Amino acid sequence: MKILLTGSRLAMLLATGAAVAQPAPPSNLTAVDHERWDNGTRIDLRWELSPDDASEVEFYEISKAIGRVGDLIVEPVFQITDVVPAGTGADTVIELTRDLDVLKLESDFGDQVDLKALLASGDKHFRLGYIFRVVAVGKDGTRSAPAVTATPISPVMEWFDGYRGWFVLTTLIFCGSVVMFIGLAKRGKPLKVRKIAGLEAVDEAVGRATEMGRSVLYIPGILDMNDIQTIAGINILARVSKTAANYDAKIEVPTSRSLVMTAARETVHNSFLEAGRPDAYNDDLVYYVTDEQFGYVAYVQGMMVREKPAACFYMGAFFAESLILAETGNSIGAIQVAGTAMPAQLPFFVAACDYTLIGEEFFAASAYLTGSPEELGSLKGQDVGKVIVAGGLVGGVGAFTLATIILANSPDSSFGLVLQAAVEFFKDRMLT
Amino acid sequence: MKRLIPLWLTATAGIVMIVSYFIPRTQGWGEDTSIWFDILAGIAFILGGGNILKIHLRKVSDKTKGWGYSVILLFCFLATLFVGLGKIGVHPNTQYPDHSWSGVYNEVGSPFWWLYEYAFKPLTATMFAMLAFYIASAAFRAFRAKNVEAILLLGTAFIILLGRTFAGVWLTDWIADDGPLRGLRIENLTVYIMQVFNTAGSRAIVIGIALGIASTSMKVILGVDRSYLGSGEE
Repeated sequence: MKILLTGSRLAMLLATGAAVAQPAPPSNLTAVDHERWDNGTRIDLRWELSPDDASEVEFYEISKAIGRVGDLIVEPVFQITDVVPAGTGADTVIELTRDLDVLKLESDFGDQVDLKALLASGDKHFRLGYIFRVVAVGKDGTRSAPAVTATPISPVMEWFDGYRGWFVLTTLIFCGSVVMFIGLAKRGKPLKVRKIAGLEAVDEAVGRATEMGRSVLYIPGILDMNDIQTIAGINILARVSKTAANYDAKIEVPTSRSLVMTAARETVHNSFLEAGRPDAYNDDLVYYVTDEQFGYVAYVQGMMVREKPAACFYMGAFFAESLILAETGNSIGAIQVAGTAMPAQLPFFVAACDYTLIGEEFFAASAYLTGSPEELGSLKGQDVGKVIVAGGLVGGVGAFTLATIILANSPDSSFGLVLQAAVEFFKDRMLT
Repeated sequence: MKRLIPLWLTATAGIVMIVSYFIPRTQGWGEDTSIWFDILAGIAFILGGGNILKIHLRKVSDKTKGWGYSVILLFCFLATLFVGLGKIGVHPNTQYPDHSWSGVYNEVGSPFWWLYEYAFKPLTATMFAMLAFYIASAAFRAFRAKNVEAILLLGTAFIILLGRTFAGVWLTDWIADDGPLRGLRIENLTVYIMQVFNTAGSRAIVIGIALGIASTSMKVILGVDRSYLGSGEE
């Protein structure tokens, strides 16, 4: 168990160190690559305890310093990384940087390293070697002489990050179940999905806009195409724009990213083609406004107040602008449907919109609207994930509660200890 | 081919990103893929900028309603682009004094910096400040006690609101801080509601979102969901 020290306490301990007799230092400090497979960010340290460990030492202070950059030895500047209690002769230093790129090299070691010699090699990345130091700190704050590793050592990067092994397993089970249910759906297995009011309302909203002779406004969020919410938003746009084309309603899609504009244009164009109304499409229906969050909001808000669209769809990633847009839409009397996976924005949409797709409903929308068996299959696969999560939650909470009750009544109960160990393993190994 | 190549590109990029998460030696591949996207998005900005010019030049040309605003927009757009790209008023970097373009585009005191500090920031801050009024109007509507659920919501919101103010602490100050009823002090009730009810609800939503993201990603990587590419035809 590691001791957590506040900065002031540590400063006090360090400050008072010089005046009193020092404890004997730890010895034979060794540093080797971490014993488990990792991503090259950990080093294991071992040392022999100070002869005064039992009587005087309160904790050991572990520091790291970069001692080598590429082939060049540099002056080490030690930084405290960890503190372990007396009686501990080993520690794993984590979060080490393995390589340094040229830019960082210039900013961090500009005054220490012969940069020209390093840069002349033409390399873009330089391997870092670390030196470690362990100091025994006494109960009165005195500090021993340091034990320092002899040569710089670099962590080794293994082929597989063993710390993510359980996550691989979970991913394989989840992805496997998605693929399996897609396969089953392709073979004709009937799949049912519960009704989602927000998605049922798409036709109603577009129909209302048509009847009122007003436009449909579609906002695909404010993030770029590398965000999955934007992709989900564009997927729903395919259906909404097809409905608009069928009803001969005008749809307008202002975007805040250029790539989203090009993707949305392609989607809307194809939807109009599928609806048999290619003549009704023109590129000006989907246009770029600005990347700037509030510049975009100012434009859309102004446009809403001027043109008064009858139906507003907000489908994608939103931040502070969610409520500004939804409240403006509410004030102009538009029927509003929102969907996002930003938990902080959901209450705003719920308060101001007629229908809100919450979290997973938003991602299920594409499958729901298309009704394609393959996509519905993926929703069933998702349910397997829910079962795993629910099982883990119930099992973990149940085991922890049971272990706490048993150990409170009989602290030596082997069953209680096994349960506690299982919970610790689950928490520290499987969930990290 | 128009759809097959994007599908393959999407699948490859997706698989590379997954693999690079688990296999440290391929971590660089994932980073490279992200950089490719940044380059693409950067180049695509030309399309966006071109689109702005096209739409607003047409508005000015056709003298449609509000064309004057388009003139202002075009002027501001081109002026900012000019002072930013041209690094107008920027001093050369001290390491390369002979290269007039070696300074940073947003150097303090430069026209670009001035536009950002004294035009852009106040405008965005004004937009953001409007949020306070919208929160008030949305809260007024959301907290109307129409049914049992709405009354519960209103009561909970009232406790949270009070608990975050001095009035909340003052109102239940008479309950002993170390007595058996200390949990009923409004500031303690607020913490309890936020840590237990709110956390439980939001975690359930977050778990659903995580599974939804994973499932949607799988559909995109496998090419099952192609809506974002346009029609379902090859």
